[in-house]
Amino acid sequence: MPSAQKDPVLVVLQLTGGNDYLNTVIPYNNPLYQDNRKAVGIPEGQILAFDDEYGFPPYLAPLKKVWDEGKLAIMHGVGYLASPRSHFRSMDIWHTCEADKVGTEGWLGRVIREFDPRKENVVTAVSFGPCLFRALSVPGVPVACVAGALETYGFLPNIQEPTQRQQMLERFARMYAPIEGSGVMEYLGTTGLDSLKGADILKVAPSLYSSTVQYPNTSIASKLRGIAQVHLAGLGTRIFYCDHGSFDSHAGQNPLHASLWTAVSEGLDAFMTDLRQHDAADNVIVLMFSEFGRRVRDNGSGTDHGAAGATFVLGDRVKGGHYGEYPSLKPEHLVQGDLNPSMDFRGIYSTILDKWLKINPALIVNGTYEQSAFLH
Amino acid sequence: MTYQDDIGLMAHLMRRAGFGASRDELEARVAKGYVATVEELLNPEAQPPVDPYELLRYQPSALLPGGQPPMGNVNYMYYMVTTKRPLEEKMALFWHHVLATGNSKVDNYDQLLEQIVLFRHNGMGNYRDLLLKIAKNPTMIFWLDNNQNHGTAVNENWGRELLELFSLGAGNYTEKDVREASRAFTGWTFETKIPRLPYGRFPWKFEYRPEDHDDGAKEFLGHRGHFNGEDIIDIIVQQPACARFICRHLYNFFVADEPQVPAWSLEPPRDPAAIDAMATAFRESNYEIRPVLRLLFKSDFFKNARYRHLKSPAEVVVGTLRLVGGYDLPKPGYGELSMQPSYMGQDLLNPPSVEGWHTGSEWINSGSLMARINFVADQLGNQSLPGVRAIIDRLKAKTILEPDELVGECLDLLGPVEVGADTRRELIDQARQWGRLSWDSGPNAQIAAKRATEMMQLIAATREYQFA
Repeated sequence: MPSAQKDPVLVVLQLTGGNDYLNTVIPYNNPLYQDNRKAVGIPEGQILAFDDEYGFPPYLAPLKKVWDEGKLAIMHGVGYLASPRSHFRSMDIWHTCEADKVGTEGWLGRVIREFDPRKENVVTAVSFGPCLFRALSVPGVPVACVAGALETYGFLPNIQEPTQRQQMLERFARMYAPIEGSGVMEYLGTTGLDSLKGADILKVAPSLYSSTVQYPNTSIASKLRGIAQVHLAGLGTRIFYCDHGSFDSHAGQNPLHASLWTAVSEGLDAFMTDLRQHDAADNVIVLMFSEFGRRVRDNGSGTDHGAAGATFVLGDRVKGGHYGEYPSLKPEHLVQGDLNPSMDFRGIYSTILDKWLKINPALIVNGTYEQSAFLH
Repeated sequence: MTYQDDIGLMAHLMRRAGFGASRDELEARVAKGYVATVEELLNPEAQPPVDPYELLRYQPSALLPGGQPPMGNVNYMYYMVTTKRPLEEKMALFWHHVLATGNSKVDNYDQLLEQIVLFRHNGMGNYRDLLLKIAKNPTMIFWLDNNQNHGTAVNENWGRELLELFSLGAGNYTEKDVREASRAFTGWTFETKIPRLPYGRFPWKFEYRPEDHDDGAKEFLGHRGHFNGEDIIDIIVQQPACARFICRHLYNFFVADEPQVPAWSLEPPRDPAAIDAMATAFRESNYEIRPVLRLLFKSDFFKNARYRHLKSPAEVVVGTLRLVGGYDLPKPGYGELSMQPSYMGQDLLNPPSVEGWHTGSEWINSGSLMARINFVADQLGNQSLPGVRAIIDRLKAKTILEPDELVGECLDLLGPVEVGADTRRELIDQARQWGRLSWDSGPNAQIAAKRATEMMQLIAATREYQFA
């Protein structure tokens, strides 16, 4: 499978909980920013300005470095019409691309099916999180879900003696032999064997890995390190998924936002450095999204659920810069006090599908959406 | 029937009508008798309720958990794990599946838990009364936008789901019926919410606003009149489709997996005679739920349906915790335990939509299967838990176990679990690798106990164990 190593790879980092757009990409010259952010506004002296209009809060310093290298694309005003402002419903819409009804297929699940319709590689997609993200979920499409450390990933991790566990896993494989035509037992058999095979393949990754890069001691950094390990092992994985949160900063926003973004931006810095040191960065892009942005006016210590947000794509093959328009902060342009979305998230997916993963976007996102030119 | 058959049947009843039972409890119940046990389950008032103060002493924020997990989940999980009224709790879960309301929109676990209390108190009572109560439940009103359903501007969300998902099923009403039912529920709303800041959340309360109600003439399912919401519910329960729809739900939940609900208007039930018998009992008792459950649990179709129901994540987690014991107090760590069903695809108090969860084989994917097996194996491998110790003590009483005896005893004490011949052969081959287990000396006993827990973990990993 080493030839697959240079196939384009997508890493999705989900910022769960609704990241505050205004305090992430700060329109520091706009007087309406300070007016609306009396409690949670970042003081002007602390803002890391990266051009005449926008700046990052100080804790995004590692991300500013990526911007300075021209490898960070910022998509402005991202969302969709009639944002429901509910975490779960919004996340569902991002995951399934169905804004009007409850979708049953995740957009990346469909991508996996396109890549590997005969399920020849059960680690085409690897997810790092407590459960299968809906974005990856399509019935019958295997996804390896690593809940804890990659080193202990697999069935029956608490059987400690290696030979004992090996024996038991071999029995597991025999007990799950799919009996054709047995309906649910056959389905259980295939699913069990797929996960077992995935675990078997993935377990080689940590042992093949060596690196001088020190990842920070955070949960997101260890997920990104796991992604680096699997990517560097050349197992043919095309889609990686991980999450960090919760960005739901209704109260006490500033310290919370700072610690979350410090973890994300430092983790990403280590990840990209690691890949570059192994000459394995040029076929990877990272998509970073949140289900919505937050209310323009703060509530005295935090911010409530809003609409439009910012989405980021970064990597060596990304054409850095601003894409789309930062939505107006003027009261007459707000929708229920929120930024009005100016870019549909499905357009970003479409660009990635079309220009990076080379898949017809219409098959995946249920329609045609305007693309942006953020990929070389 | 042999004693072993009695144990197997009782275990089946307790898995379905509750969340399983320890071997000690099964033996006590067999001594009492099957029919008497069914009656005890149907009349939970004779058993003490869960003591909420015990929960609050350890987890005070589980009282009013607000909008974020996991404290709402801790509250619900604690009730399921410790209840002495298993069927009451199982029926609350049933109604949570059917009258599915979720935190995704409600953003308020306080209100969702109040709805679960409603299900606990009314889940085995009269279905018509339950429908009326849920129509007046502010959490449901908000979830399905009936607060946006005005005399001058009808919102059909509640009216439609009432017919499609809560009572009749698709194909048993027209679009006009949806419209007319929605009109009848105009003015059914809740008191203006008191803003959350600065004092926190205030409970929501039902309110009827006559000035917002459309009192005009309506035509609904062939009836004409100036109907209000309660009239609509009365007409609904006269429809033969209503009893059949709810009974099919009961069959799917308690007896054997049916196709997913959206397919019910196309695919016939797997056992039409069973649905007929239940629906007849339901109508004859004026929609009392208890007599239907009595018929169900005493029926042959129920008794013959062992292991024909794929366990929901809630059944996996709660059943395991009740089996292994040691979770009677809401100790630290309960938060993580209470999120386990979410990791397996069932986020309690937050179903993916008003359709509830898809059940049966749809519980299984490559991530959830591993989460299920590893969770159960992790618990069964922990010899410090009283339920695991109790199983080991029973094995120890045999002093010596040959490989096939080890497999037989473990399958028995974990269920009895019924496995196919191929699975049994693999389990026995594994036990043969270990040879004869003996408790005749300290070191031997230690090895024997370890092997026994490993055998139980291997059993938990089988396909058969995914069923109840």
